[in-house]
Amino acid sequence: MQPGAVGNSWFVRYPEEPMFDSLTDRFEGILSRLRSRGRLSPDDVDEVLREIRTALLEADVELGVVRGFTEAVRARTVGLELSQSLSPGQQVIKIVNEELTAILGGEALKISYASKPPTVVLLAGLQGSGKTTTAAKLARWFKQQGRNPLLVGADLQRPAAVEQLRVLGGQAGISVFSQPTDPVAVATAGLEEARRLGRDVLIVDTAGRLSIDEELMVEVRDIAGAVSPDYTFLVIDAMTGQDAVATAVAFHQTLDLDGVILTKLDGDARGGAALSVKEVVGRPIAFASTGEKLDDFDLFHPDRMSDRILGMGDVLSLIEQAERTFDDGVATKGAAAIMAGRFSLEDFLEQLQQVKKMGSVSGMLSMLPGVSKDLKQASSMVDDRQIGQVEAIIRSMTPAERNDPSVIDGSRRVRIANGSGTATSDVNALLKQFKEMRKMMKGFGKGGMGGAMGGLGGLFGRGQGMSPKAMADLASMGAGADGPAGFGELPGGPDALGAGNPFAGAGGSARRPAKSKGSKGGKKGKGGGRVTPKAR
Amino acid sequence: MITAASDAVIGLAVAVPVVVVAGGVTWGVRLRRRGRHPEPGTGAPEETKAPPVARPAPTAEVAEVAEAPVEVAEAAEPATYRSRMGKARGLLSGYLGSVRSRTKIDASTWDDLEEALIRADVGVRATDALVDDLRTRVKAGEISGADALIDALKADLVTTLSATSGGLAVPGSDAASSGSDGSVNDADDGSTVDVWLFVGVNGVGKTTTVGKVASRLAAGGNRVLLAAADTFRAAAAEQLETWATRSDADIVRGSEGGDPSAVVFDAVQRAASKGHAVVLADTAGRLHNKVNLVEELKKIRRVADRPPGRVVEVLLVLDATTGQNGLAQAKVFTEAVDVTGVVLTKLDGTAKGGIVVAIQRELGLPVKLVGLGEGVGDLVDFDASAFVDALF
Repeated sequence: MQPGAVGNSWFVRYPEEPMFDSLTDRFEGILSRLRSRGRLSPDDVDEVLREIRTALLEADVELGVVRGFTEAVRARTVGLELSQSLSPGQQVIKIVNEELTAILGGEALKISYASKPPTVVLLAGLQGSGKTTTAAKLARWFKQQGRNPLLVGADLQRPAAVEQLRVLGGQAGISVFSQPTDPVAVATAGLEEARRLGRDVLIVDTAGRLSIDEELMVEVRDIAGAVSPDYTFLVIDAMTGQDAVATAVAFHQTLDLDGVILTKLDGDARGGAALSVKEVVGRPIAFASTGEKLDDFDLFHPDRMSDRILGMGDVLSLIEQAERTFDDGVATKGAAAIMAGRFSLEDFLEQLQQVKKMGSVSGMLSMLPGVSKDLKQASSMVDDRQIGQVEAIIRSMTPAERNDPSVIDGSRRVRIANGSGTATSDVNALLKQFKEMRKMMKGFGKGGMGGAMGGLGGLFGRGQGMSPKAMADLASMGAGADGPAGFGELPGGPDALGAGNPFAGAGGSARRPAKSKGSKGGKKGKGGGRVTPKAR
Repeated sequence: MITAASDAVIGLAVAVPVVVVAGGVTWGVRLRRRGRHPEPGTGAPEETKAPPVARPAPTAEVAEVAEAPVEVAEAAEPATYRSRMGKARGLLSGYLGSVRSRTKIDASTWDDLEEALIRADVGVRATDALVDDLRTRVKAGEISGADALIDALKADLVTTLSATSGGLAVPGSDAASSGSDGSVNDADDGSTVDVWLFVGVNGVGKTTTVGKVASRLAAGGNRVLLAAADTFRAAAAEQLETWATRSDADIVRGSEGGDPSAVVFDAVQRAASKGHAVVLADTAGRLHNKVNLVEELKKIRRVADRPPGRVVEVLLVLDATTGQNGLAQAKVFTEAVDVTGVVLTKLDGTAKGGIVVAIQRELGLPVKLVGLGEGVGDLVDFDASAFVDALF
């Protein structure tokens, strides 16, 4: 399968693998241990800081930055008066989160356009950091913002670099200007060309250079002098190690950077370079490139990144998306069906439509913390076409069949397969998986969400799903990071949540697994403590 | 179709609970976010359409300055190595200089040592192991004095880096007489074609490395055929073609977006019929966590290893600026295509490339070549003691 086939819907920013995956895992490991303790001693603080230091260093955060970070956390942690409402672990998480967000730096960069067009953007960086590709992606991004960019290929060093830019420009539908003279002349001529053509954004791609190569550093400064860029971005590879800081400082001294563009975030590098550069240079990470497609590129969101580092996954993005696209009525119905243990193929089909609206399955999974790699990999094999096939199969069933798949015998299977243009084995596979899924969903009633997710792990026979504890932790973190009270401590408890929240059936039980266990599936919402969406 | 359908179902079985989880948390986050201003335009459903031409090229390869005078690498090596690495030395020698200036070994000595190693990207784990070992020996009285300590550290590093040999399977050499699977080449009579594969993530300098190796082998009197199996990155083949001309090598190209295995297959056939000693296959940069792309690479290797082809080198090209992720890269590529050695590029910058210590320690993968500059002659054999010396 072509890689491009996966996740080609809205969810293009975080394809296949999440950013900062491993760092997230590390923090999860450290902090879950911390969360399980009642009290935080100075020794605890030391231990946690050592672990955090190791995690950050393994994530390639620069040593000096790591020191500053751990000291800042220590200063705020030691001697901290323990809060009444938060556990010590939650308090540390909160502090770590705040410090991380502080380093990664407040707001996403907002581009303001030059009053006298074109707005000139200059890209510089080491060789192989991804400048040429980034130039094309950035141009496309500007185009999507309603601008009319021109690309200038001023990398005359690398063989075929301009050719590469032309091809990419062609794919993005953006014209490319270059000439075989010298880089400064090309940039100058490019600027004139942009004015002549009335282009309002000019993006200049320059040759990769080492920060210690004075001659080339002078050249890039000359280019900057010639076009006086409104924005100068350093393009930096997310895989960069300790050297990221030296590089960024050198370029900053030469060019007075406005920001940094982080590339190759779709790898599994922990991307500590982002933290280091931001901290040392004091310029924001403006954009992040998260895949090989031209669209895998967007503004960088620091607060999300730190949530992610802290093991929240990019839950916030997922939730926003869910809020926007999920139809409350359908969700309520689906949740109710799940809770009542009578989830039918009809419900499945409806949920499917919702899921499709939200984007790719793998994308959603990648945003959730604690979901095993194997699971993500399995789901990355799914694409919209296959979802369509499943839909076709279900649509070829009669209502009776959809409600009770057990009536589907051999001849019905053949009919369904013929009707949907699939093979009988496809129908069998679907029915089998649906049966498994139903079994799993019963877990929602029994062990709460956590149990269900655990069962999910078992379904695939490898890796671990989300443990019940992880789920409970996740839930408590959501509150712990910001609010004084956990969900369970809200006035009225989870039942109050259930009243307003169509999902609270599952979510509430996750928070109180012990109680929901006693309710034996909570059939028809009558179990003790069971949270059932109220009829509206 | 069967697998496609059941995969889809698996995904959906996952998706529905996920959605429910998401919903469960929604409420909490609504509470959390109350009072927070919304992020502008994040995650907005974009109208996204994959470009028709495969995937866009992720990154650029190393730049190459105009023709550098072709030095004889071997002859110029010691001077080149030292002088070039010298540029990168400042930082490290600073730490260790201060260590040397002290006679006693105290807590700050250890801190400095640790710092020097970590800043060189050696990594926490390898650093801890090296330092712990030194501590034990100091305690046992085997090492006394800061000077001796540094010398011991260097010796340890050299030992680590030389643990497995780094000879290249240059045609006619000893190393070339056995295949990558250890099988002895019984017929060096031209009936087999040696294939070198160059693999790595995006932007590490694979194409440039292939070009430089071609020049080197050609200068040694070998007939070299380049296989432009990077059919993905825009203009990668053009870049390699420039190199082919420079190094007087022949080249086999495929169509952009075509099957890279087919290019390698064609190259091996061509080499067999035209009598080339070795095929150097450039491959597209790929992140090691992209399962499909790693599978593609496995296929390329299988095809290249089919007689008359014989894969004798699989070189992982690694950028010296790479941090700890380099180890993950080495692991995955080694598992997938049985890497035989590392080419460490861009060592002429300020980056130290210390991750190769961790790679050698954990995977026993030797560094075979080192890129010290943009000139054709700047790709030299790895020399562990020179590397370590220049490091400190």
